[in-house]
Amino acid sequence: MSDVVSVRDLTIDFRTEGGTLRAVDGLSFQLGAGRALGIVGESGSGKSATALALLGLHRGTNATVDGHVEVLGTELNAATDEQVRRLRGSRIAMVFQDPLSALDPFFSVGDQIAEVYRAHTNASRRAARARAVQVLDRVGIAEAARRVDAFPHEFSGGMRQRALIAMALSCQPQVLVADEPTTALDVTVQAQILDLIHELRTETGMALLLVTHDLAVAAGNVDEVLVMQGGHAVERGPAESVLTEPSQGYTRDLVASIPRLDAPRDRPARESPAEPLMRVLDVHQHFRIGSRLTGAKLHAVDGVSLDVLRGEALGVVGESGSGKTTLARMMVRLLTPTSGQILFEGNEISAMPERRLRALRGDLQMVFQDPVSSLNPRRTIGDSIADPLRVRGESDEKVLRRKVQQLLEQVGLDPERFDRYPHEFSGGQRQRVGIARALVLRPKLLVCDEPVSALDVSTQAQVIRLLAQLRTEFDLTLVFVAHDLAVVRQVSDRVVVMRSGQVVESGETDELYGNPTHPYTKSLLAAVPVLDPELARQRRAERGKV
Amino acid sequence: MLGYVVRRLLGAIAVMLAMSAVVYVLFYLMPANPAQLVCGPKTCTADRLAMVEHSLGLDEPLYVQYWHFLSGLVVGRDFSSGPSVLHCPAPCLGYSFQYTEPVLDKILEALPVSLSIVIGAALLWLTFGIGAGVLSALRRGRWLDHAVNVVVLGGFAVPAFITSLLLLMVFCVYLQWLPFPSYVPFDEDPLGWAQNLVLPWIVLALVQLPPYVRLSRSGVLETLTEDHIRTARAYGLTERRVIGRHALRGALSPLITVAAADIAAVLTASMLTETAFGLPGLGRLMVQSVNQIDLPMVVGMTLLIGFVIVLCNAIADVLYAVVDRRVRVA
Amino acid sequence: MRLLWNRFRADRSAVFGAVVAGLLVLLAITAPLLTALEGQDTTSFHNDLVDSARGGVPLGGFGGISPQHWFGVEPQTGRDLFARIAEGAQVSLLVAICATLVEVLLGVAVGLLAGLSGKLVDALLSRVTDIAIAFPVTVFSLALLAIVPETFPRPLLVAVVIGVFGWGGTARITRAQALSLRTRDFVAAARLSGASGWRVARREILPGLAAPVITYGALLLPTNLIAEAGLSFLGVGVRPPTSSWGQMLSSATTWFRSDPVYVLLPAFMVFLTVLSFTLFGEGVRIALDPRSTRLSRKAA
Repeated sequence: MSDVVSVRDLTIDFRTEGGTLRAVDGLSFQLGAGRALGIVGESGSGKSATALALLGLHRGTNATVDGHVEVLGTELNAATDEQVRRLRGSRIAMVFQDPLSALDPFFSVGDQIAEVYRAHTNASRRAARARAVQVLDRVGIAEAARRVDAFPHEFSGGMRQRALIAMALSCQPQVLVADEPTTALDVTVQAQILDLIHELRTETGMALLLVTHDLAVAAGNVDEVLVMQGGHAVERGPAESVLTEPSQGYTRDLVASIPRLDAPRDRPARESPAEPLMRVLDVHQHFRIGSRLTGAKLHAVDGVSLDVLRGEALGVVGESGSGKTTLARMMVRLLTPTSGQILFEGNEISAMPERRLRALRGDLQMVFQDPVSSLNPRRTIGDSIADPLRVRGESDEKVLRRKVQQLLEQVGLDPERFDRYPHEFSGGQRQRVGIARALVLRPKLLVCDEPVSALDVSTQAQVIRLLAQLRTEFDLTLVFVAHDLAVVRQVSDRVVVMRSGQVVESGETDELYGNPTHPYTKSLLAAVPVLDPELARQRRAERGKV
Repeated sequence: MLGYVVRRLLGAIAVMLAMSAVVYVLFYLMPANPAQLVCGPKTCTADRLAMVEHSLGLDEPLYVQYWHFLSGLVVGRDFSSGPSVLHCPAPCLGYSFQYTEPVLDKILEALPVSLSIVIGAALLWLTFGIGAGVLSALRRGRWLDHAVNVVVLGGFAVPAFITSLLLLMVFCVYLQWLPFPSYVPFDEDPLGWAQNLVLPWIVLALVQLPPYVRLSRSGVLETLTEDHIRTARAYGLTERRVIGRHALRGALSPLITVAAADIAAVLTASMLTETAFGLPGLGRLMVQSVNQIDLPMVVGMTLLIGFVIVLCNAIADVLYAVVDRRVRVA
Repeated sequence: MRLLWNRFRADRSAVFGAVVAGLLVLLAITAPLLTALEGQDTTSFHNDLVDSARGGVPLGGFGGISPQHWFGVEPQTGRDLFARIAEGAQVSLLVAICATLVEVLLGVAVGLLAGLSGKLVDALLSRVTDIAIAFPVTVFSLALLAIVPETFPRPLLVAVVIGVFGWGGTARITRAQALSLRTRDFVAAARLSGASGWRVARREILPGLAAPVITYGALLLPTNLIAEAGLSFLGVGVRPPTSSWGQMLSSATTWFRSDPVYVLLPAFMVFLTVLSFTLFGEGVRIALDPRSTRLSRKAA
């Protein structure tokens, strides 16, 4: 079987304000007909740039592409614009990471699919529309004939991705390039989409190039894996060998950093029984969407009760819309519950007026998800960390500086860099600053809202280790909110599973992950991608039976 | 969609009511002697003054006066004093005692002139403005882009009335290519109508162009960097479709709102142009009324213009919702 | 900071605008001084310098330019043009700057309040802003200025009127920015440390407003200048004997055939001022332009 994609010595340079950035350096690989290749790497590895190059999408941008890129017999660098245009969408199609921005908001989904179909065939409008309905149906969108006229923003995230895949399918391409197709989706939806792609490949014999940062996603969906770092190929080979017995140090480190559902966990010994530091009693949070009087009511949190025991790490896991972030914010009183009670050390804080609450503010702190927006870009990190102390009345600059530097050291940053600005730090470092700020008032309860979701895998591992370390150092009680089941398992003593604003199941970590009782928990765990390709195949088969 | 339209209209009406209240307070309550002002500080006679005072109901409580004012807007009003009655049909924007005519009538007289100027110029600046902006975005960095930039900057920096003066000087006095503008009604002599209006059209268009050029240019440039344009290209659509069908829609929809909000600026600029060219439109009417201190005239015109602006904004919002369906949920 | 300065410096048109604008401001400030240097003043009539036989046209070429009268003299009255132009600079710039200040202060106050308060206050203030934006500034100013008695200092009145009707735009962008900043996590973090609402507004939100407000304000100035010129042109702005460029233009309309300098001079001054401030404003805007960081989660 011949190769559908053949890349030799690919080099991609980007011209930026600061100079030339080399995104890809001398990359070579092949993709055989009907086969699946996964390109795996962290941010800055050059994997997306590579994917875009396969469709010639760097043409006319400020990127220069050198080397030999051959797609289905056509050498892209030497081809004319028209030749490249004819390939795109019809022989090789691409699915992007964010379907909401990838689809045109001004046209219906059906219109866009039909347009692509007509661009490559001489089909009539009616035939193109029929084809649109056909592919939408094939990707599992119910009532395709009706929904073909819907607009992208009217679909849910998963359905939008299906629609994008439908568009890719419409002209029956031989190669599908998927650039992080499931990164923005919930884990259960992710499993569905990946299963769908697998199904379609089996049916049509399409080759697949899957670009992802998630090794486990690659494991379950490709034959061969190519690991990239800094624009270079680090390791390449069959999925089994690369992922289970990596030969290169980088790959080994990468694999080791990934939190796994099946890896052993070490638990710090906890004194028991511990009494509750915080009690959440039948708490509700209702929002109104749209106008104040007539908008629909949204029950973000719908009757949640749980205890947070002193000294423990409680994991709160759920998909998007589960209400976990709303709950987290209520715990630190950034939001006031619509009804219900929250007791902190016996005090009722859910309805406490702000003035009295101020005294307690120091005890309840939060670490936020987005390293970009969690720090004020116009203030130095030293100021950001010192501010809570200033609010409390501390005005002696020397004292403040000493405390700031102490904290910086404790979170693993250079204390001399206290007068730098956030943009001078990486994402992981910014998260550390956020943690330092949260700890400066010596809180008793630290709620972490998706603190590692925006970070690379290797950085994730570091920050998680840091949190564990600080937990003992500062004698913290931790509430860890996340959607990533494996990460939550690694960090928590007890876990609470949320869905649609309610607690579905809770229990000791080992118990819950080993023997889930609620069907939702089971489906969540079944959907998590695993690193072992053989195991992944089995789980897919099981999912197919359900 | 219907709900959105209704909400917008109700909002517009609320704003118009508020505006009428503000206008009324400012003009009829603040001046020391509104009756004198209404009657006409220069042309007033004693019994006319009495009639004015009575018809304005100045001895009545505040809210009653305002109520008469408002209801006059809807059903018309009669100004009377003893035997003589001056009838002001609906919608009554006021009665000018100096012209002895309802304000609306005088406005309608001057309207065709102003409309001719504005519409003609609008066609000019919309086509050239948006066209230039789009073209310069597509030919970025090349001479066309730079040339357009210069024109835009120049147009913006020179106020309408100055451009009018300069153009008058050049084309009517020195080169003598065009006659001195005076208004010729369309139905009398279409060619003469156009000839006389060419200069005002150019002047107004030049003044109004710059924001459109700039916005359409930046709109196109920004839209071109968006993901869905990349998708369109990734799926092999021709460049013409990518730009014509996908990029332009996103780039130009915001212009609708801008165009509507611009109405205020348009009316202002056209007033100045009319004055500079001496054309008998609303602009000149306004200036004359101000100079004569004809209060009902001034108030009536201000109110009408304000209403038109509010209405145009509401219509623009609705139009925008038609084009960009995501807005309807808001 | 340094980055902004470098970017600004590299932009030639922006620097040109800044320099010229600076010079004009200097002219406005030192107007009386310069006039005294010239040896003239703004009000004395020099009837001997105009040809009353030809309707008052200034003697000598180019409207009577001479070493004693750097810009020539006014037709009919013989008043020194340089003095009048310089005074016009003072008046026009002063009015424009005052109006801009009023607009920015009012606009930021309203916008900040609307953006940071609860839904009801926001809705109310937004409606008020809508009304402010809908009011046709010039038309309304025309109307108002007609009825206010002459005893009130005119330039100040003009500035206030323009300012009070023009704050809508500033309010809108302030509100939008405040709303966007309000949801950022660092604001939440500040609240978590117990900072009061006022403190949060001051330390976290206000600095983030600087960029858009400065940009918008820099471009407001020329607009207000044109507004004042327009109003004076129509006869309701600054009244004689105080001179303003717009006013000079209005009397100049009858003279453009016989004394074109009288028209061109104030026209050119307006053009130059507006152009330089606009270029300066554009330069500020481009230098401050935040780089759009689309941080998709794992950008390759």
